[in-house]
Amino acid sequence: MVLERGEVANSWRRERWDSLRLLTPNWQSRLPGRRYDGPDPDGYMTAGEVTELIERFATVSRAPVRTGVNVTSVRRTDAGYHVTTSCGEIRCRAVVIASGACNLPVVPQFREAVPAPVEQLTPFDYRDPAKLPDGGVLVVGASATGVQLAAELQQSGRPVTLSVGEHVRLPRTYRGRDVLWWMDASGVWDQRHDEVEDLTRARRLPSPQLVGTPERTTLDLNALTSMGVELVGRWAAVRDGRALFSGGLRNMFSLADLKMRRLLDTFDEWARMHGRDAEVGPAERIAPTRVPESARLQLDLRGGEIRAVVWATGFRPDYRWLDVPVVDAKGQLRHEGGVVDGPGLYALGLPVLRRRKSTFIYGIEDDAREVIDHLTQYLAVRR
Amino acid sequence: MTTVADNGVNVQALLDAREVLKGAPEAAQFTWRASAKWQNGVHSTIKVQSFYGLGEEHSHKEESVFDADHPEVFAAEDNGITPIEYLIVGLASCLTAGVASVAQNRGIQLRSVEAKVEGAHDIRGILGADSDVRNGFNDIKVTFSIDADASPEDIEALVAQSQKRSAVFDALTNPTNVTVEVA
Repeated sequence: MVLERGEVANSWRRERWDSLRLLTPNWQSRLPGRRYDGPDPDGYMTAGEVTELIERFATVSRAPVRTGVNVTSVRRTDAGYHVTTSCGEIRCRAVVIASGACNLPVVPQFREAVPAPVEQLTPFDYRDPAKLPDGGVLVVGASATGVQLAAELQQSGRPVTLSVGEHVRLPRTYRGRDVLWWMDASGVWDQRHDEVEDLTRARRLPSPQLVGTPERTTLDLNALTSMGVELVGRWAAVRDGRALFSGGLRNMFSLADLKMRRLLDTFDEWARMHGRDAEVGPAERIAPTRVPESARLQLDLRGGEIRAVVWATGFRPDYRWLDVPVVDAKGQLRHEGGVVDGPGLYALGLPVLRRRKSTFIYGIEDDAREVIDHLTQYLAVRR
Repeated sequence: MTTVADNGVNVQALLDAREVLKGAPEAAQFTWRASAKWQNGVHSTIKVQSFYGLGEEHSHKEESVFDADHPEVFAAEDNGITPIEYLIVGLASCLTAGVASVAQNRGIQLRSVEAKVEGAHDIRGILGADSDVRNGFNDIKVTFSIDADASPEDIEALVAQSQKRSAVFDALTNPTNVTVEVA
Protein backbone atom coordinates (compact mmCIF):
# COMPACT_ATOMS: atom_id res chain seq x y z
CA MET A 1 0.00 0.00 0.00
CA VAL A 2 1.01 3.60 -0.59
CA LEU A 3 0.59 5.98 2.33
CA GLU A 4 0.09 9.69 1.55
CA ARG A 5 -0.12 12.20 4.38
CA GLY A 6 -2.38 14.56 2.37
CA GLU A 7 -3.79 14.25 -1.13
CA VAL A 8 -2.04 12.67 -4.10
CA ALA A 9 0.76 15.08 -5.23
CA ASN A 10 0.46 16.86 -1.90
CA SER A 11 3.68 18.88 -1.95
CA TRP A 12 2.93 20.06 -5.50
CA ARG A 13 -0.42 21.34 -4.25
CA ARG A 14 0.63 22.95 -0.99
CA GLU A 15 4.35 23.43 -0.62
CA ARG A 16 5.32 25.22 -3.82
CA TRP A 17 4.80 28.71 -5.20
CA ASP A 18 2.13 29.56 -7.78
CA SER A 19 4.32 30.27 -10.81
CA LEU A 20 6.44 27.13 -10.45
CA ARG A 21 6.87 24.98 -13.52
CA LEU A 22 8.89 21.82 -14.02
CA LEU A 23 12.48 22.26 -15.14
CA THR A 24 12.15 19.22 -17.41
CA PRO A 25 10.38 19.55 -20.78
CA ASN A 26 7.06 17.73 -21.26
CA TRP A 27 8.47 14.96 -23.47
CA GLN A 28 10.81 14.05 -20.61
CA SER A 29 8.15 14.12 -17.91
CA ARG A 30 6.84 10.65 -18.60
CA LEU A 31 5.60 7.96 -16.28
CA PRO A 32 5.59 4.19 -16.91
CA GLY A 33 3.22 3.53 -19.81
CA ARG A 34 2.41 7.21 -20.19
CA ARG A 35 4.34 9.23 -22.72
CA TYR A 36 3.53 12.86 -23.41
CA ASP A 37 1.29 13.10 -26.49
CA GLY A 38 0.07 16.67 -26.10
CA PRO A 39 0.66 19.60 -28.44
CA ASP A 40 3.70 21.09 -26.66
CA PRO A 41 6.46 18.51 -26.11
CA ASP A 42 9.06 21.24 -25.48
CA GLY A 43 6.93 23.08 -22.90
CA TYR A 44 7.17 22.80 -19.12
CA MET A 45 4.28 21.71 -16.93
CA THR A 46 2.91 24.07 -14.33
CA ALA A 47 2.64 22.81 -10.75
CA GLY A 48 -1.10 22.34 -11.38
CA GLU A 49 -0.45 20.24 -14.47
CA VAL A 50 2.05 18.10 -12.54
CA THR A 51 -0.62 17.54 -9.89
CA GLU A 52 -3.04 16.40 -12.61
CA LEU A 53 -0.41 14.12 -14.18
CA ILE A 54 0.33 12.37 -10.91
CA GLU A 55 -3.33 12.18 -9.96
CA ARG A 56 -4.19 10.62 -13.33
CA PHE A 57 -1.35 8.13 -12.98
CA ALA A 58 -2.55 7.15 -9.50
CA THR A 59 -6.00 6.46 -10.93
CA VAL A 60 -4.93 4.65 -14.11
CA SER A 61 -2.29 2.53 -12.41
CA ARG A 62 -4.78 1.76 -9.64
CA ALA A 63 -2.07 2.33 -7.12
CA PRO A 64 -3.39 1.35 -3.68
CA VAL A 65 -3.01 4.87 -2.29
CA ARG A 66 -4.39 5.70 1.12
CA THR A 67 -4.63 9.47 1.36
CA GLY A 68 -4.81 11.50 4.54
CA VAL A 69 -2.65 8.97 6.38
CA ASN A 70 0.25 10.60 8.17
CA VAL A 71 3.06 8.31 9.30
CA THR A 72 4.22 9.30 12.78
CA SER A 73 6.58 6.41 13.51
CA VAL A 74 8.31 3.48 11.84
CA ARG A 75 9.91 0.96 14.21
CA ARG A 76 11.80 -2.26 13.56
CA THR A 77 10.24 -5.49 14.85
CA ASP A 78 11.34 -9.12 14.62
CA ALA A 79 9.14 -9.65 11.59
CA GLY A 80 9.76 -6.35 9.82
CA TYR A 81 8.36 -2.93 10.66
CA HIS A 82 5.67 -1.45 12.82
CA VAL A 83 4.20 1.68 11.29
CA THR A 84 2.14 4.07 13.38
CA THR A 85 -0.09 6.41 11.40
CA SER A 86 -2.75 9.00 12.06
CA CYS A 87 -5.26 6.28 11.06
CA GLY A 88 -3.94 3.33 13.05
CA GLU A 89 -1.15 0.77 13.20
CA ILE A 90 0.28 -1.24 10.31
CA ARG A 91 2.65 -4.19 10.39
CA CYS A 92 4.70 -4.88 7.28
CA ARG A 93 7.79 -6.75 6.16
CA ALA A 94 9.31 -4.03 4.04
CA VAL A 95 9.10 -0.23 3.83
CA VAL A 96 10.02 2.02 0.92
CA ILE A 97 10.74 5.58 2.00
CA ALA A 98 9.62 7.87 -0.81
CA SER A 99 9.04 11.01 1.19
CA GLY A 100 11.55 13.06 -0.77
CA ALA A 101 14.55 15.26 -0.03
CA CYS A 102 12.74 18.58 0.31
CA ASN A 103 10.50 18.29 3.36
CA LEU A 104 11.85 21.20 5.38
CA PRO A 105 13.47 24.45 4.32
CA VAL A 106 17.06 24.93 5.52
CA VAL A 107 17.62 28.36 7.04
CA PRO A 108 20.86 29.55 8.67
CA GLN A 109 20.94 30.10 12.43
CA PHE A 110 21.53 33.83 12.14
CA ARG A 111 17.95 34.26 10.91
CA GLU A 112 17.19 34.92 14.59
CA ALA A 113 19.40 38.03 14.48
CA VAL A 114 17.44 39.61 11.61
CA PRO A 115 15.63 42.65 13.07
CA ALA A 116 11.91 42.15 13.68
CA PRO A 117 10.31 44.55 11.20
CA VAL A 118 11.90 42.60 8.35
CA GLU A 119 9.52 39.85 7.29
CA GLN A 120 11.10 36.41 6.70
CA LEU A 121 9.76 33.74 4.36
CA THR A 122 10.86 30.35 3.09
CA PRO A 123 9.72 28.89 -0.24
CA PHE A 124 7.13 26.94 1.79
CA ASP A 125 5.47 30.20 2.87
CA TYR A 126 5.82 31.98 -0.45
CA ARG A 127 3.04 31.80 -3.05
CA ASP A 128 3.37 35.00 -5.10
CA PRO A 129 4.86 38.52 -4.78
CA ALA A 130 1.61 39.96 -3.40
CA LYS A 131 2.29 37.99 -0.22
CA LEU A 132 5.26 40.28 0.50
CA PRO A 133 5.21 43.86 1.71
CA ASP A 134 6.07 46.58 -0.82
CA GLY A 135 9.73 47.57 -0.78
CA GLY A 136 13.09 45.89 -1.06
CA VAL A 137 13.55 42.13 -0.81
CA LEU A 138 16.72 40.26 0.01
CA VAL A 139 16.60 36.85 -1.66
CA VAL A 140 19.16 34.47 -0.19
CA GLY A 141 20.47 31.71 -2.45
CA ALA A 142 20.92 31.50 -6.22
CA SER A 143 19.81 28.00 -7.12
CA ALA A 144 16.65 27.44 -9.21
CA THR A 145 14.38 28.62 -6.38
CA GLY A 146 16.40 31.75 -5.60
CA VAL A 147 16.76 32.97 -9.17
CA GLN A 148 13.10 32.28 -9.99
CA LEU A 149 11.81 34.14 -6.95
CA ALA A 150 14.32 36.98 -7.45
CA ALA A 151 13.10 37.48 -11.03
CA GLU A 152 9.44 37.34 -10.09
CA LEU A 153 9.83 39.75 -7.17
CA GLN A 154 11.92 42.20 -9.19
CA GLN A 155 9.26 42.17 -11.94
CA SER A 156 6.61 42.92 -9.31
CA GLY A 157 8.33 46.27 -8.68
CA ARG A 158 10.15 45.26 -5.50
CA PRO A 159 13.87 46.02 -5.74
CA VAL A 160 15.67 42.72 -5.20
CA THR A 161 19.10 42.09 -3.75
CA LEU A 162 20.28 38.54 -4.36
CA SER A 163 22.85 36.93 -2.08
CA VAL A 164 24.88 34.49 -4.17
CA GLY A 165 26.91 31.56 -2.87
CA GLU A 166 27.99 28.49 -4.81
CA HIS A 167 25.62 27.83 -7.66
CA VAL A 168 25.15 25.83 -10.84
CA ARG A 169 24.86 27.95 -13.97
CA LEU A 170 23.15 26.54 -17.06
CA PRO A 171 21.71 28.11 -20.21
CA ARG A 172 18.09 27.06 -20.89
CA THR A 173 18.99 26.15 -24.47
CA TYR A 174 22.35 25.33 -26.01
CA ARG A 175 22.97 25.09 -29.76
CA GLY A 176 19.22 25.28 -30.28
CA ARG A 177 18.29 22.43 -27.95
CA ASP A 178 16.99 22.40 -24.41
CA VAL A 179 19.90 21.89 -22.05
CA LEU A 180 18.01 18.95 -20.53
CA TRP A 181 17.89 17.36 -23.98
CA TRP A 182 21.69 17.49 -23.97
CA MET A 183 21.86 16.06 -20.46
CA ASP A 184 19.61 13.21 -21.50
CA ALA A 185 21.07 12.51 -24.96
CA SER A 186 24.73 12.72 -23.95
CA GLY A 187 24.17 10.33 -21.08
CA VAL A 188 24.84 12.71 -18.16
CA TRP A 189 21.51 11.91 -16.51
CA ASP A 190 22.15 8.18 -16.82
CA GLN A 191 25.47 8.40 -14.98
CA ARG A 192 25.26 5.91 -12.14
CA HIS A 193 25.94 6.60 -8.47
CA ASP A 194 28.88 4.19 -8.51
CA GLU A 195 30.45 6.06 -11.48
CA VAL A 196 30.15 9.57 -10.03
CA GLU A 197 33.52 10.83 -8.84
CA ASP A 198 32.42 12.55 -5.64
CA LEU A 199 29.03 11.11 -4.72
CA THR A 200 28.59 13.16 -1.53
CA ARG A 201 29.12 16.32 -3.52
CA ALA A 202 26.86 15.19 -6.37
CA ARG A 203 24.07 14.47 -3.87
CA ARG A 204 24.42 17.93 -2.33
CA LEU A 205 24.57 19.83 -5.62
CA PRO A 206 22.15 22.78 -5.68
CA SER A 207 19.50 22.79 -8.41
CA PRO A 208 20.69 24.56 -11.58
CA GLN A 209 19.70 28.13 -12.41
CA LEU A 210 16.85 27.19 -14.71
CA VAL A 211 13.24 28.21 -15.15
CA GLY A 212 10.65 26.51 -17.32
CA THR A 213 9.01 29.40 -19.17
CA PRO A 214 7.20 29.14 -22.52
CA GLU A 215 9.82 31.54 -23.94
CA ARG A 216 12.61 29.12 -22.94
CA THR A 217 14.73 31.99 -21.64
CA THR A 218 17.94 31.63 -19.67
CA LEU A 219 17.66 32.83 -16.08
CA ASP A 220 21.29 33.18 -15.03
CA LEU A 221 22.85 35.96 -12.99
CA ASN A 222 23.48 38.06 -16.09
CA ALA A 223 19.75 37.92 -16.89
CA LEU A 224 18.95 39.00 -13.33
CA THR A 225 21.50 41.84 -13.45
CA SER A 226 19.89 43.07 -16.69
CA MET A 227 16.50 43.11 -14.90
CA GLY A 228 18.00 45.33 -12.21
CA VAL A 229 18.61 42.75 -9.48
CA GLU A 230 21.60 43.68 -7.30
CA LEU A 231 24.05 40.85 -6.58
CA VAL A 232 25.90 40.50 -3.29
CA GLY A 233 28.11 37.75 -1.88
CA ARG A 234 27.11 34.84 0.32
CA TRP A 235 25.36 36.07 3.45
CA ALA A 236 27.79 35.25 6.24
CA ALA A 237 26.46 36.88 9.41
CA VAL A 238 24.31 39.54 11.04
CA ARG A 239 26.13 42.06 13.19
CA ASP A 240 24.40 45.02 14.90
CA GLY A 241 21.38 44.63 12.63
CA ARG A 242 23.49 44.64 9.50
CA ALA A 243 23.76 41.78 7.04
CA LEU A 244 27.42 41.00 6.23
CA PHE A 245 28.18 39.45 2.87
CA SER A 246 31.26 37.59 1.66
CA GLY A 247 33.74 39.45 -0.51
CA GLY A 248 34.37 36.25 -2.47
CA LEU A 249 31.56 36.79 -5.01
CA ARG A 250 33.89 36.99 -8.00
CA ASN A 251 35.17 33.48 -7.34
CA MET A 252 31.60 32.14 -7.04
CA PHE A 253 31.10 33.39 -10.61
CA SER A 254 34.40 31.90 -11.81
CA LEU A 255 33.63 28.48 -10.35
CA ALA A 256 30.15 28.40 -11.90
CA ASP A 257 31.32 29.71 -15.29
CA LEU A 258 34.15 27.18 -15.44
CA LYS A 259 31.90 24.26 -14.50
CA MET A 260 29.28 25.30 -17.03
CA ARG A 261 31.90 25.59 -19.76
CA ARG A 262 33.25 22.15 -18.89
CA LEU A 263 29.76 20.64 -19.14
CA LEU A 264 29.03 22.36 -22.48
CA ASP A 265 32.41 21.12 -23.78
CA THR A 266 31.36 17.56 -22.96
CA PHE A 267 28.15 18.16 -24.96
CA ASP A 268 30.19 19.42 -27.94
CA GLU A 269 32.49 16.46 -27.64
CA TRP A 270 29.56 14.04 -27.51
CA ALA A 271 27.90 15.63 -30.57
CA ARG A 272 31.16 15.38 -32.52
CA MET A 273 31.87 11.79 -31.48
CA HIS A 274 28.36 10.61 -32.24
CA GLY A 275 27.90 12.46 -35.52
CA ARG A 276 25.10 14.62 -34.15
CA ASP A 277 26.57 18.03 -35.09
CA ALA A 278 24.19 18.36 -38.04
CA GLU A 279 21.02 18.19 -35.94
CA VAL A 280 22.04 20.87 -33.46
CA GLY A 281 22.99 24.51 -33.94
CA PRO A 282 26.55 25.81 -34.27
CA ALA A 283 28.84 25.84 -31.22
CA GLU A 284 28.12 28.67 -28.79
CA ARG A 285 30.32 30.69 -26.48
CA ILE A 286 28.44 31.97 -23.46
CA ALA A 287 29.52 35.27 -21.92
CA PRO A 288 31.05 35.03 -18.46
CA THR A 289 29.03 36.23 -15.48
CA ARG A 290 29.33 40.01 -15.24
CA VAL A 291 31.00 41.12 -12.03
CA PRO A 292 29.29 44.11 -10.41
CA GLU A 293 31.36 47.30 -10.27
CA SER A 294 31.50 46.99 -6.49
CA ALA A 295 29.30 44.51 -4.69
CA ARG A 296 28.08 45.71 -1.30
CA LEU A 297 29.60 43.92 1.67
CA GLN A 298 26.92 44.96 4.12
CA LEU A 299 23.35 46.10 4.26
CA ASP A 300 21.58 47.82 7.12
CA LEU A 301 18.50 45.70 7.86
CA ARG A 302 17.08 48.41 10.14
CA GLY A 303 17.24 51.17 7.54
CA GLY A 304 13.97 50.25 5.80
CA GLU A 305 15.63 49.42 2.49
CA ILE A 306 14.90 45.72 2.98
CA ARG A 307 11.31 44.84 3.95
CA ALA A 308 11.52 41.09 3.52
CA VAL A 309 14.02 38.26 3.38
CA VAL A 310 13.27 35.18 1.30
CA TRP A 311 15.40 32.19 2.33
CA ALA A 312 16.04 30.14 -0.80
CA THR A 313 18.81 28.33 1.03
CA GLY A 314 17.79 24.79 0.26
CA PHE A 315 15.76 21.98 1.74
CA ARG A 316 16.37 18.88 3.77
CA PRO A 317 14.50 15.65 4.33
CA ASP A 318 12.47 15.14 7.51
CA TYR A 319 13.03 11.74 9.15
CA ARG A 320 11.76 12.58 12.62
CA TRP A 321 9.15 9.83 12.21
CA LEU A 322 11.77 7.21 11.39
CA ASP A 323 12.63 5.43 14.65
CA VAL A 324 15.28 3.25 13.00
CA PRO A 325 18.95 4.27 13.37
CA VAL A 326 19.66 4.80 9.65
CA VAL A 327 20.09 8.58 9.54
CA ASP A 328 23.59 10.06 9.69
CA ALA A 329 24.80 13.04 11.74
CA LYS A 330 23.95 15.37 8.86
CA GLY A 331 20.34 14.15 8.74
CA GLN A 332 20.75 12.11 5.55
CA LEU A 333 19.59 8.54 5.10
CA ARG A 334 22.37 5.95 5.03
CA HIS A 335 21.76 3.90 1.91
CA GLU A 336 23.53 2.22 -0.99
CA GLY A 337 21.59 2.95 -4.16
CA GLY A 338 18.29 3.02 -2.26
CA VAL A 339 19.00 -0.09 -0.20
CA VAL A 340 18.90 1.37 3.30
CA ASP A 341 21.23 0.28 6.05
CA GLY A 342 18.43 -1.76 7.68
CA PRO A 343 16.90 -5.05 6.41
CA GLY A 344 13.73 -4.57 4.40
CA LEU A 345 14.10 -0.81 4.35
CA TYR A 346 14.39 0.99 1.00
CA ALA A 347 14.42 4.52 -0.39
CA LEU A 348 13.42 6.12 -3.70
CA GLY A 349 13.47 9.63 -5.11
CA LEU A 350 16.57 11.00 -3.37
CA PRO A 351 19.27 12.99 -5.21
CA VAL A 352 21.56 10.67 -7.24
CA LEU A 353 20.01 7.65 -5.50
CA ARG A 354 21.23 5.43 -8.35
CA ARG A 355 21.60 7.89 -11.21
CA ARG A 356 21.91 11.62 -11.76
CA LYS A 357 18.29 11.58 -12.95
CA SER A 358 17.00 9.89 -9.78
CA THR A 359 14.90 12.86 -8.67
CA PHE A 360 13.15 13.42 -12.00
CA ILE A 361 9.64 12.21 -12.67
CA TYR A 362 10.89 10.02 -15.52
CA GLY A 363 14.26 9.38 -13.91
CA ILE A 364 12.96 7.38 -10.97
CA GLU A 365 11.68 4.54 -13.20
CA ASP A 366 15.00 2.69 -13.63
CA ASP A 367 15.81 3.17 -9.94
CA ALA A 368 12.42 1.84 -8.90
CA ARG A 369 12.86 -1.30 -10.98
CA GLU A 370 16.23 -2.09 -9.40
CA VAL A 371 15.22 -1.23 -5.85
CA ILE A 372 12.03 -3.29 -6.13
CA ASP A 373 14.04 -6.23 -7.55
CA HIS A 374 16.13 -6.13 -4.41
CA LEU A 375 13.04 -5.86 -2.26
CA THR A 376 11.26 -8.84 -3.85
CA GLN A 377 14.39 -10.97 -3.49
CA TYR A 378 14.62 -9.94 0.14
CA LEU A 379 11.01 -10.99 0.71
CA ALA A 380 11.45 -14.27 -1.22
CA VAL A 381 14.50 -15.33 0.78
CA ARG A 382 12.83 -14.56 4.09
CA ARG A 383 9.53 -16.16 3.29
CA MET B 1 55.38 7.45 -21.82
CA THR B 2 53.42 9.10 -19.07
CA THR B 3 55.03 11.20 -16.40
CA VAL B 4 53.49 11.69 -13.00
CA ALA B 5 53.12 15.30 -11.91
CA ASP B 6 55.28 16.10 -8.93
CA ASN B 7 54.84 19.50 -7.32
CA GLY B 8 56.19 18.28 -4.02
CA VAL B 9 52.79 18.17 -2.31
CA ASN B 10 51.89 14.98 -0.46
CA VAL B 11 48.29 14.93 -1.60
CA GLN B 12 47.77 11.35 -0.47
CA ALA B 13 48.48 12.35 3.12
CA LEU B 14 45.95 15.19 2.83
CA LEU B 15 43.31 12.91 1.31
CA ASP B 16 43.93 10.33 4.04
CA ALA B 17 43.62 13.04 6.70
CA ARG B 18 40.34 14.16 5.13
CA GLU B 19 38.92 10.64 5.44
CA VAL B 20 40.10 10.19 9.03
CA LEU B 21 38.91 13.61 10.21
CA LYS B 22 35.46 13.10 8.66
CA GLY B 23 34.83 10.72 11.52
CA ALA B 24 36.85 12.60 14.15
CA PRO B 25 35.86 16.28 14.06
CA GLU B 26 37.40 16.96 17.49
CA ALA B 27 40.88 16.04 16.18
CA ALA B 28 40.40 18.59 13.40
CA GLN B 29 40.27 21.49 15.86
CA PHE B 30 43.48 23.49 15.59
CA THR B 31 44.62 26.63 17.41
CA TRP B 32 47.25 28.84 15.79
CA ARG B 33 49.20 31.26 17.98
CA ALA B 34 51.44 34.30 17.75
CA SER B 35 52.78 36.53 20.49
CA ALA B 36 53.80 40.10 19.97
CA LYS B 37 56.07 42.24 22.12
CA TRP B 38 56.19 46.00 21.84
CA GLN B 39 59.65 47.34 21.16
CA ASN B 40 59.45 51.07 20.68
CA GLY B 41 57.32 53.46 18.70
CA VAL B 42 55.08 51.37 16.42
CA HIS B 43 57.69 48.64 16.17
CA SER B 44 56.88 45.23 17.63
CA THR B 45 58.41 41.77 17.40
CA ILE B 46 56.18 38.77 16.86
CA LYS B 47 57.15 35.19 17.62
CA VAL B 48 55.44 32.09 16.34
CA GLN B 49 56.28 28.54 17.33
CA SER B 50 53.67 26.43 19.11
CA PHE B 51 50.26 25.39 17.88
CA TYR B 52 47.60 22.89 18.91
CA GLY B 53 45.92 20.26 16.76
CA LEU B 54 45.08 16.56 16.39
CA GLY B 55 44.38 16.55 20.10
CA GLU B 56 47.82 17.68 21.28
CA GLU B 57 50.42 20.42 21.43
CA HIS B 58 52.81 20.82 18.51
CA SER B 59 55.79 22.97 17.76
CA HIS B 60 57.27 24.23 14.51
CA LYS B 61 60.82 22.98 13.97
CA GLU B 62 62.07 26.45 14.80
CA GLU B 63 60.65 29.62 16.23
CA SER B 64 59.95 32.30 13.59
CA VAL B 65 60.45 35.93 14.49
CA PHE B 66 58.81 38.81 12.60
CA ASP B 67 59.22 42.54 12.93
CA ALA B 68 56.35 44.85 12.24
CA ASP B 69 56.69 48.58 11.99
CA HIS B 70 55.55 51.44 9.80
CA PRO B 71 57.53 52.98 6.92
CA GLU B 72 59.35 56.29 7.11
CA VAL B 73 56.57 58.08 5.25
CA PHE B 74 54.50 57.31 8.36
CA ALA B 75 57.22 59.00 10.42
CA ALA B 76 58.35 55.62 11.78
CA GLU B 77 61.65 53.73 11.65
CA ASP B 78 60.67 50.97 9.21
CA ASN B 79 62.07 48.06 11.21
CA GLY B 80 59.75 45.71 9.34
CA ILE B 81 56.68 45.54 7.13
CA THR B 82 53.38 47.03 8.26
CA PRO B 83 50.79 44.81 9.95
CA ILE B 84 48.38 45.08 7.02
CA GLU B 85 51.13 43.85 4.71
CA TYR B 86 51.28 40.65 6.80
CA LEU B 87 47.67 40.03 5.70
CA ILE B 88 48.62 40.03 2.03
CA VAL B 89 51.67 37.91 2.82
CA GLY B 90 49.24 35.38 4.29
CA LEU B 91 46.84 35.60 1.35
CA ALA B 92 49.51 35.22 -1.33
CA SER B 93 51.14 32.25 0.38
CA CYS B 94 47.85 30.53 1.13
CA LEU B 95 46.55 30.82 -2.45
CA THR B 96 49.90 29.72 -3.87
CA ALA B 97 49.94 26.67 -1.59
CA GLY B 98 46.40 25.96 -2.76
CA VAL B 99 47.38 26.15 -6.43
CA ALA B 100 50.20 23.66 -5.84
CA SER B 101 47.98 21.25 -3.89
CA VAL B 102 45.08 21.35 -6.33
CA ALA B 103 47.48 20.96 -9.28
CA GLN B 104 49.04 17.94 -7.60
CA ASN B 105 45.63 16.42 -6.95
CA ARG B 106 44.62 16.98 -10.58
CA GLY B 107 47.89 15.63 -11.95
CA ILE B 108 49.05 18.99 -13.35
CA GLN B 109 52.81 19.62 -13.39
CA LEU B 110 53.68 23.19 -12.41
CA ARG B 111 56.82 24.85 -13.76
CA SER B 112 56.41 28.26 -12.14
CA VAL B 113 53.79 30.05 -10.09
CA GLU B 114 54.00 33.70 -9.19
CA ALA B 115 51.39 35.78 -7.44
CA LYS B 116 51.34 39.56 -7.22
CA VAL B 117 49.05 41.02 -4.59
CA GLU B 118 47.87 44.58 -4.36
CA GLY B 119 45.74 45.79 -1.47
CA ALA B 120 44.06 49.15 -1.95
CA HIS B 121 44.04 51.01 1.33
CA ASP B 122 42.67 54.47 2.06
CA ILE B 123 44.60 55.54 5.14
CA ARG B 124 42.18 58.32 6.00
CA GLY B 125 40.31 55.58 7.87
CA ILE B 126 43.06 54.71 10.36
CA LEU B 127 43.99 58.38 10.72
CA GLY B 128 40.42 59.24 11.64
CA ALA B 129 40.40 61.85 8.85
CA ASP B 130 37.09 60.66 7.43
CA SER B 131 34.69 58.51 9.41
CA ASP B 132 33.10 57.16 6.21
CA VAL B 133 36.37 55.49 5.19
CA ARG B 134 37.01 52.04 6.57
CA ASN B 135 40.26 51.10 8.34
CA GLY B 136 41.03 48.01 6.34
CA PHE B 137 41.53 47.26 2.66
CA ASN B 138 38.95 48.54 0.22
CA ASP B 139 39.95 46.03 -2.38
CA ILE B 140 42.55 43.32 -2.83
CA LYS B 141 43.75 42.11 -6.20
CA VAL B 142 45.80 38.96 -6.72
CA THR B 143 47.31 38.27 -10.13
CA PHE B 144 48.73 34.82 -10.82
CA SER B 145 51.25 34.01 -13.54
CA ILE B 146 51.35 30.25 -13.91
CA ASP B 147 53.41 28.12 -16.24
CA ALA B 148 52.11 24.54 -16.20
CA ASP B 149 51.23 21.56 -18.36
CA ALA B 150 47.59 22.55 -18.60
CA SER B 151 45.12 24.51 -20.71
CA PRO B 152 44.27 28.12 -19.79
CA GLU B 153 40.84 26.86 -18.58
CA ASP B 154 42.45 24.25 -16.34
CA ILE B 155 44.78 26.89 -14.91
CA GLU B 156 41.81 29.18 -14.22
CA ALA B 157 40.10 26.26 -12.52
CA LEU B 158 43.18 25.69 -10.34
CA VAL B 159 43.11 29.28 -9.17
CA ALA B 160 39.35 29.17 -8.57
CA GLN B 161 39.57 25.95 -6.56
CA SER B 162 42.49 27.31 -4.58
CA GLN B 163 40.31 30.26 -3.48
CA LYS B 164 37.47 27.91 -2.63
CA ARG B 165 39.68 25.99 -0.19
CA SER B 166 41.80 28.86 1.14
CA ALA B 167 41.83 29.63 4.89
CA VAL B 168 43.14 33.16 4.41
CA PHE B 169 40.85 33.97 1.48
CA ASP B 170 37.93 32.95 3.69
CA ALA B 171 39.27 34.88 6.68
CA LEU B 172 39.59 38.06 4.57
CA THR B 173 36.33 37.78 2.63
CA ASN B 174 34.03 36.68 5.48
CA PRO B 175 33.45 38.22 8.88
CA THR B 176 35.14 36.56 11.86
CA ASN B 177 34.38 37.06 15.53
CA VAL B 178 37.35 38.71 17.18
CA THR B 179 37.66 39.08 20.96
CA VAL B 180 40.36 41.35 22.34
CA GLU B 181 40.86 41.33 26.10
CA VAL B 182 43.27 42.64 28.69
CA ALA B 183 44.78 39.78 30.67
